Amino acid sequence: MAGQKREKDLNIFEKLYIPEIAKGMALTLKNMFRPNVTLQYPEVKFEPPASYRGRPVLVQENNGVERCVACGLCSRVCPALAIEVQASETDLEKERYPVKFEINMLRCIFCGFCEEVCPEEAIVMSKDYELVFKNRNDAIFGKEKLLVPVENLKDRLEFLRKFK
Amino acid sequence: MPTFTVDGKQIEFKQGQTIIEASRFAGIEIPHFCWHPSLSISGNCRICLVEIEKMPKLAISCSTYAAEGMVVHTQSQKTVEARNAVMEFILINHPLDCPICDEAGECKLQDYAYQHSRGESRFEEIKVRKEKRVQLGPHIKFDGDRCIMCSRCIRFSDEIAKKNQLTFVQRGDKVTITTFPGESFDNPYTLNTTDICPVGALTNQDFRFKSRVWEMSKTDSVCIGCSRGCNTEVWVRNNEILRLTPRHNEDVNSYWMCDKGRLETFKNVNAGNRIDGTYIRSEGQLQKVSWNEALHVAAKSLKDYKSGEIAFIGSAYSTCEDNYAFVKFAKSLGVANIDYADHIISGDQDDILIREDKTPNSLGAELVGVQPGSSGMNILAILKAIKERKIKALYVMEEDVISFDGEWESTIGNLDLLIVHASNENRTTALADIVFPASTFAEKNGTFVNFQGRVQRIYPAVATEEMDRALDGMEMSRWDKFGTEFDRWMQGHKYDSKPSWKIFVALSQLLGLKMKYNLSEEVFADIANTISAFKGLDYDEVGKHGTQLKIKQTANA
Repeated sequence: MAGQKREKDLNIFEKLYIPEIAKGMALTLKNMFRPNVTLQYPEVKFEPPASYRGRPVLVQENNGVERCVACGLCSRVCPALAIEVQASETDLEKERYPVKFEINMLRCIFCGFCEEVCPEEAIVMSKDYELVFKNRNDAIFGKEKLLVPVENLKDRLEFLRKFK
Repeated sequence: MPTFTVDGKQIEFKQGQTIIEASRFAGIEIPHFCWHPSLSISGNCRICLVEIEKMPKLAISCSTYAAEGMVVHTQSQKTVEARNAVMEFILINHPLDCPICDEAGECKLQDYAYQHSRGESRFEEIKVRKEKRVQLGPHIKFDGDRCIMCSRCIRFSDEIAKKNQLTFVQRGDKVTITTFPGESFDNPYTLNTTDICPVGALTNQDFRFKSRVWEMSKTDSVCIGCSRGCNTEVWVRNNEILRLTPRHNEDVNSYWMCDKGRLETFKNVNAGNRIDGTYIRSEGQLQKVSWNEALHVAAKSLKDYKSGEIAFIGSAYSTCEDNYAFVKFAKSLGVANIDYADHIISGDQDDILIREDKTPNSLGAELVGVQPGSSGMNILAILKAIKERKIKALYVMEEDVISFDGEWESTIGNLDLLIVHASNENRTTALADIVFPASTFAEKNGTFVNFQGRVQRIYPAVATEEMDRALDGMEMSRWDKFGTEFDRWMQGHKYDSKPSWKIFVALSQLLGLKMKYNLSEEVFADIANTISAFKGLDYDEVGKHGTQLKIKQTANA
């Protein structure tokens, strides 16, 4: 190594090491008094912001009817083919409704395309991120699991109005 | 031939052709709603406006005749502006609820709105509302809001179905379509209006809201409702037929098919009474057994009878291939008692499409030899011989002989052996000793010969247990392409059935007879080699629209 020049020669303070060690200790000490970012999950739950893309859910209006008209666009746009919609006819003003709406959560990649394409703002990404299944069948969510009252989705709907 | 210019391209035309017709023939599609190649010209939608040099104003190309030296612009600024304006005008009162509308995906208005309009609405007023969900006839729901008053359906029922049943009422933006007082829209061809309706105003009650069009695969086929053999498309999702639509063939059915053929011919394919697997009778009951066992039992029991004691009844519902293999099998057993039953409802016929002969292939069955041999009995003689117990074994292919009449019903008990190929349970299968499951028209390759002597091809649209959509080259939807066995939308049932010719091949091998085919193409090649009417033909030659056989027209059928 003789004769090879260092990229940077250390000055006297750096050669001493002690000031650098003191600097490191100071940083550690500073962080000891800062608030914790680690959550004691699952005792403490993480509350995601409105922009978070959790599992997709269907919006249920206050009168108990779903907004979805079973147009099938979410199913068509889904790159992972997670969504299956079967339409049928109703006597309501909107004559079409989903008699079956299934999302296969094993296929879902949380891309949010379904939410983006939905002409009725009927399918939105929720804040729900706890998805554990014991078998393939449990991972297919039907209407009973997908329908969520509109009040519980206010955050996301507001976010969509602002940024979509 | 005289020529004129469209968008800088020289186009030949026949005298009396309109601009839109001549351009379409040359591959230039001019947008149109009310114009239809098979209907009279109405000229009310105005979307086909084009600029013609030396004409003071734009002209509608559907009712302007092409003339020598004419110069037409379909993409000039003036034309495009006019077209956008017309689109905007049509959309004024049209509801913007494509997500709900069942036509979405095959809607002319939707397509043109993407191609030719401003892309956003300037209309702030309240749209005119009209009656929705009107039951226009037994099979059709009408939505007044969506109608754009192109009058195609009115002209269709006047000109093609020859029944004046529909009309416009009211004027201006209140105009709507209704049936004449006391009339119902109930002619035998009403559902064609749902195909030609450029929007979602007329919908097929049977198919309405069942599926989006892009979720289905469509396969070319031929209607089995009568001996016309209308060219059709079979629409399938999750291995289930959801609808049939007519396919254009000017020599057979033009753009049309009858409601009966459209609604009733496919229902048995996914019916609950499909025969799924092979059955033999033991202890008085039909028991499900393996193919191997059923074939062995059938082969063994056929050997017990002299050729004079056996009769074979073919079917005009089966393909030429099935019938040919059937005849070959019967003849190699030395049996000459071969015939088929006709299904003629006399008087149930019109000058449009419907024929008296309610089978798709009676001419084909006859041509490939489903008729008594020189010393053989015809179907009446067979019945008589069963009665006299001269015929002891009867082999029936895809035919419900017991339902013919009371005489068959009372006679069938005299038989010692009854072998049946059938797709669905019927009264004959209930009494059979051995039942083989036959594939329906939607599950096999094959050919039919219609009453004109035109041989036409059918393709499998629904997979049976022995088939695989990808490996067998069947039409596939997006779901079919990417689905796995774990997806619920892929779990449509596959029936355990085979085309009849395959069953005969399997039986022949067990009986040591010479018949070996692997594909229906090979059966057809054999037909082409041995039967003069089919000479020189193969499946490629038959093609998408069929070919006329070189035979004399028969008067019956």
